[in-house]
Amino acid sequence: MKARTILLGTLAALALGAGAAGAEGIKVGMITTLSGGGAGLGIDVRDGFLLALKMAGATDVEAVIEDDQQKPDIAVQIADKMIQSDQVDVLTGIIWSNLAMAVVPAAVAQGKFYLSPNAGPSALAGSGCDKNYFNVAWQNDNLHEAAGAYANSAGYNNSFMLAPNYPAGTDAITGYKRFYTGAAAGEVYTQLGQTDYAAEIAQIRASGADSVFFFLPGGMGIAFMKQYAESGVGIPLVGPAFSFDQNILQAVGDAALGVRNTSQWNKDLDNAANAAFVAAFQAEYNRLPSLYASQGYDTANLLLSAKAKADVADQDAFRAALEAADFASTRGDFKFGPNHHPIQDIYVREVVKEGDIYTNKLVGVALEDRGDAYVDECKM
Amino acid sequence: MLLAEQALNGLQYGMMLFLMAAGLTLVFGVMGLINLAHGSLYMLGAFACAWVAAATGSFALGLAASLAAAAAAGVLVEVAVIRRLYARDHLEQVLATFALILVFSEGTRWVFGSFPLYLTLPAALSGAVTLPGGLQYPLFRLAIIGVGAAVAVGLWLLIARTRLGIRIRAGEADREMVAALGVDIARLYTLVFALGAALAGLAGALVGTIQSVQVGMGEPVLILAFVVIVIGGIGSIKGALVAALLVGLTDALGKALLPALFARFMEVSAANGIGAALGSMLIYILMAGVLIWRPQGLYGARG
Repeated sequence: MKARTILLGTLAALALGAGAAGAEGIKVGMITTLSGGGAGLGIDVRDGFLLALKMAGATDVEAVIEDDQQKPDIAVQIADKMIQSDQVDVLTGIIWSNLAMAVVPAAVAQGKFYLSPNAGPSALAGSGCDKNYFNVAWQNDNLHEAAGAYANSAGYNNSFMLAPNYPAGTDAITGYKRFYTGAAAGEVYTQLGQTDYAAEIAQIRASGADSVFFFLPGGMGIAFMKQYAESGVGIPLVGPAFSFDQNILQAVGDAALGVRNTSQWNKDLDNAANAAFVAAFQAEYNRLPSLYASQGYDTANLLLSAKAKADVADQDAFRAALEAADFASTRGDFKFGPNHHPIQDIYVREVVKEGDIYTNKLVGVALEDRGDAYVDECKM
Repeated sequence: MLLAEQALNGLQYGMMLFLMAAGLTLVFGVMGLINLAHGSLYMLGAFACAWVAAATGSFALGLAASLAAAAAAGVLVEVAVIRRLYARDHLEQVLATFALILVFSEGTRWVFGSFPLYLTLPAALSGAVTLPGGLQYPLFRLAIIGVGAAVAVGLWLLIARTRLGIRIRAGEADREMVAALGVDIARLYTLVFALGAALAGLAGALVGTIQSVQVGMGEPVLILAFVVIVIGGIGSIKGALVAALLVGLTDALGKALLPALFARFMEVSAANGIGAALGSMLIYILMAGVLIWRPQGLYGARG
């Protein structure tokens, strides 16, 4: 049940004589989802993170990795253990916003840095922001805001909205409605981890909607897409990249072809860092990277860039180095806003088939230099 | 139209619960055994189906494999573990079969990994059909309803019309007397247990095909299967069928109708929240109601 990987001991780093400022070893605790319906996301974040460490030859970064099983109570136990007995300097890895809300406030209150490779609940971007909390992925609302903007431009004006009932699900529908100007044909919150969507599909069929916006990451998305395709309801789908990531597409197949979705990243984004990342990821793991993998990779590179400039024991210097975000992101331009959340472009992608592989290709920009809606509520 | 579709969804859900509950109620009624590991047999059937269907490309072979694997696991478990528990009290049975859940879950994780498996529907059963009245409904879900009905008829014939059925009913009524009359009661128990296991495996394979196949998929269904057999009356196949359909329909229609009902006098998002919460409580309210009215269950023999 425990997946614990120790890359290289801090002892080894000491033996190599790391003494210069900024060259001290760092111990990272990664709490992520490696089993169950959400495993695809955690595995990709972990693999992207470890790939970046390997490519940088960062032998003095030790990663302790544990599976949270997508359960908040387990995540809290692991965090306590990592902080108290493993004595990690930095925590990262959490996929699900309900787990992040359970772990992050306590971790940063104990003086640890937290770099989020995925979850970006609105509470942590606004009034609950913290000087030691950085989100390297996005604020939860962002991709859904872009989906709303896209729905307008596609001429949809009666959307049925579907999301799981947890912080990221409410952020999703809030984000979508922030930009989408049409009417709501229905708004349904499902259980997190639900696998049967027959009742929701019946409601969609009866709603008279002209489009279905859905946010269902991981196994939930696979189950919904397969059942939706079987149901014969032909209403067009829109959604964030989470509902159409690399793992979901392989399981869903033809049913997703041609669907537009929004993402801050895609494998064909034209920049040198991304090209190197996509090639190395395929060579290392023999599969295409997902956006989650790119987020894990960027998180590790942000950490490495800060480590090169400052010692993690000097918290103020290390924090300033993180804020500078001086690393080559797979997204091209990358910078943090004042609440430590990214300001970045969000793109529209389309699901295509390349040979036997289902994947996404870029078709345009939905939002440029998008920050988030909660930045003014953040007082650090 | 929404109501008709939800009623079909409820029927399909009910049939799936019936496949689970039939085995559970047989084992509980005939052998007096509380088998918490029934959900693991459901999971095992789903994994066997997914693995064989992926290896051979044939969904029919996958279904056959789910029956065979779950029945074989049932026989193994009965001979190795359960047989020692008949004379013990229910608490020890619960403890031992709970241990079996852990063994099966970790074993499956060890063999298949933590990542869920997804089955592809056979072309003949995929897509939606248009029913009389113009309602479109997925063919595979209709097929589940059909399989459930066929199993119900088959079980009724087996119990009411065959020699084996007479022995099962006799074993339920008085096991010492049956043994004294020369029936090999140990073999009969193994057979009943394997039959129940095979039905659970079939349910797992069918549900796994439309949802996903993963470790731990059996436990939520197991709880509902217990609700079903308590409502239906322990040991009664007929009770299990009626109660399963009742639970399935209550759940599906409740989740569909309650939010709409609450939306008449409150804000939509609040109505959604309250409706959904109450919808998922409905089956337990139903169970409590039935138990107040008939403590032995709808068709329970024991008072």
